[in-house]
Amino acid sequence: MQFQLPYSGLQWSDLPYVLLGVWNTLILTLAAATFGTLIGAVIGWLRQDVPAARVILAPYVDVTRSVPLIIQFILVNSSFALAGIPLEPLWVGVIVLSLYMGVLTSELVRAGLGAVRFQLKWASRSLGMSYWQELRYVSAPLALRTIFPGWIGTVIALTKDTALVSVVGYVELLRASQVLINRTNEALLVLAGTGLFYFAICYPISLYSRRLERTFQHD
Amino acid sequence: MFNYTFYWSIVWEKFPELLQGARVTLEVTILSMIFGTALALPLSLWRRAEEGVGHAFATGWVELARNTPALFQVYMVYFGLGSLHIHLPSYFAMVAALTFNNAGYLAETFRGGLNSVPPQQLSAARSLGMSAFSAYAYVVFPQVFQVVFFPYVNQLNWALLNSSLGMIIGLRELTGATQAAQSESFRTFEFFIVAACIYYLMAKAIETLAQLASWRLFGR
Amino acid sequence: MIEIENVRKSFGTLEVLKGINLLIEKGEVLCLIGGSGSGKSTLLQCINGLQSIQDGKIIVDGTNVHARDTNLNMLRQKLGIVFQQYNAFPHLTALENVALAPRVVKKQSRRDALALAREHLEYVGLGSKADMKPSGLSGGQQQRLAIARALAMKPAYMLFDEVTSALDPELVGEVLDTLRKLKVSGMTMIVVTHDIAFARESGDRVAFFDRGVICELGPARQVINDPKEERTRQFLQRVLH
Repeated sequence: MQFQLPYSGLQWSDLPYVLLGVWNTLILTLAAATFGTLIGAVIGWLRQDVPAARVILAPYVDVTRSVPLIIQFILVNSSFALAGIPLEPLWVGVIVLSLYMGVLTSELVRAGLGAVRFQLKWASRSLGMSYWQELRYVSAPLALRTIFPGWIGTVIALTKDTALVSVVGYVELLRASQVLINRTNEALLVLAGTGLFYFAICYPISLYSRRLERTFQHD
Repeated sequence: MFNYTFYWSIVWEKFPELLQGARVTLEVTILSMIFGTALALPLSLWRRAEEGVGHAFATGWVELARNTPALFQVYMVYFGLGSLHIHLPSYFAMVAALTFNNAGYLAETFRGGLNSVPPQQLSAARSLGMSAFSAYAYVVFPQVFQVVFFPYVNQLNWALLNSSLGMIIGLRELTGATQAAQSESFRTFEFFIVAACIYYLMAKAIETLAQLASWRLFGR
Repeated sequence: MIEIENVRKSFGTLEVLKGINLLIEKGEVLCLIGGSGSGKSTLLQCINGLQSIQDGKIIVDGTNVHARDTNLNMLRQKLGIVFQQYNAFPHLTALENVALAPRVVKKQSRRDALALAREHLEYVGLGSKADMKPSGLSGGQQQRLAIARALAMKPAYMLFDEVTSALDPELVGEVLDTLRKLKVSGMTMIVVTHDIAFARESGDRVAFFDRGVICELGPARQVINDPKEERTRQFLQRVLH
């Protein structure tokens, strides 16, 4: 027997649901970007300046980059469930994406610090500055110029990766739109709107980042 | 805390299904990279042209690929085309979506590679009497190749990992196969840890091959 | 006084300094000449602790540079050093470049540090460039900026590591003029240089380095005009064709 579910059209009452998706996407991005940047800054510095740390952190960096995010979400979710501490999907997302962003940021920080010419570090230390003074007044400001455009790129990538947290039940924007598609069968319309949202956030930021990169080239 | 006994033998039983999934993963990855590379070549040339229809088209493609989630692109191919009554099986939809994405990113990579070769190289080659074809083949291309090699391998790695999105549209690549395999016993953790290891090995294999190729080709 | 006693330095298996002995008195200008890789720059870097040594000792005003309990940050305030290139901090103006260390290391107030900086920029002839970033300065001006910056810490000794080697020829003169000015003011200077003419005319003593040892050491005019060692003679012949 053919069983056909009736499709209802898109209605204005769907808007709150979509906005919930937007909101969830944004807070997840914000939280993961904040923690991820902090983690990444520390790890990047450690990997650059502390040889022992490189060995210890290598497995973490390696694994995070070689296992799909979907699987990382599922595993973290499952681990916490097994340990008897069920986590909200938002926190599963924050944990995994922060660690992921931490790895990406640490690559940038490491490269940025490494790009500072050694003569500048020598000159600073020779003037009597301590290691931390040199880092704070010379290496870090210079490294930031190269790190910043790349960092913006990772934030953009993060925004897009939030879409995957839906596998553990987080209702971010893409998931919300999928639900709407199932109900209304207006795939193209819903997707166009969703795509526009992501595009509207990511594209201007990436343009800004490219412009920044060009100004830093001139110094 | 851990009132849980790990039950590995069930994973072992279903292991062939996982391997079959891994095979699908590799197929989808490699196919999407081949098609993506083929498309990226003209796209990158159009991008280098300052204006024209080709340039606009290529720019649209590249910016769309880079500024929307990969999953969105998968949905567009699977559901979006579906509402135009073009129902692609998930295998083809996945390859198509990944191809679209690969082409976009690789176009930019190739463009960067072409830009990195100083125009004097071409002039010097032509001044030595080489034809345009020879100049490009023997002087420009090898340099471009060296510059884009590692970004290219990165993209390959990305494609491998993002093939896992296939699970969401019902494709039995590795993640999808794992999801199906664990749905009876609900041993989520055990199954997915094994899947994670398989991905890790595949990613490492690619990295090692790339490193070997790099030593052979570039000496470093 | 800087006492360098039997110093040996290796980079891995490569021995770069094979037993250096030198005594530098206050107020003298000692020039180090020699081929690339002869160890002269490395010695300079050992004097202010940028490089470790495997044997021997270096004592600056009674402090052993490489002793475990030596406060290097404090010691380095006595030793100013200027490198061949990439000295100037690119993200700061000339004024900020010079004022940074006095402010941060000597804890001077911002106002005092800036006044001090201006004074030293004037000394090297960069008074009008105080608010420029290094990218707006010529190579010679950047080197003079580095000298001003080192002088602002009121060091007892100044070390110069081939400071004119990377400059376009027409910019060399302004930097050498600054060095001559410093000599007249009585600064103790160790100058690693390829410029034999400068060594002869401004150096009090000259040390010729050859493959990690001091082959010849003596009054500047004598070593350059009338060297005692054959190797010195050969080197000077090649350089002064």
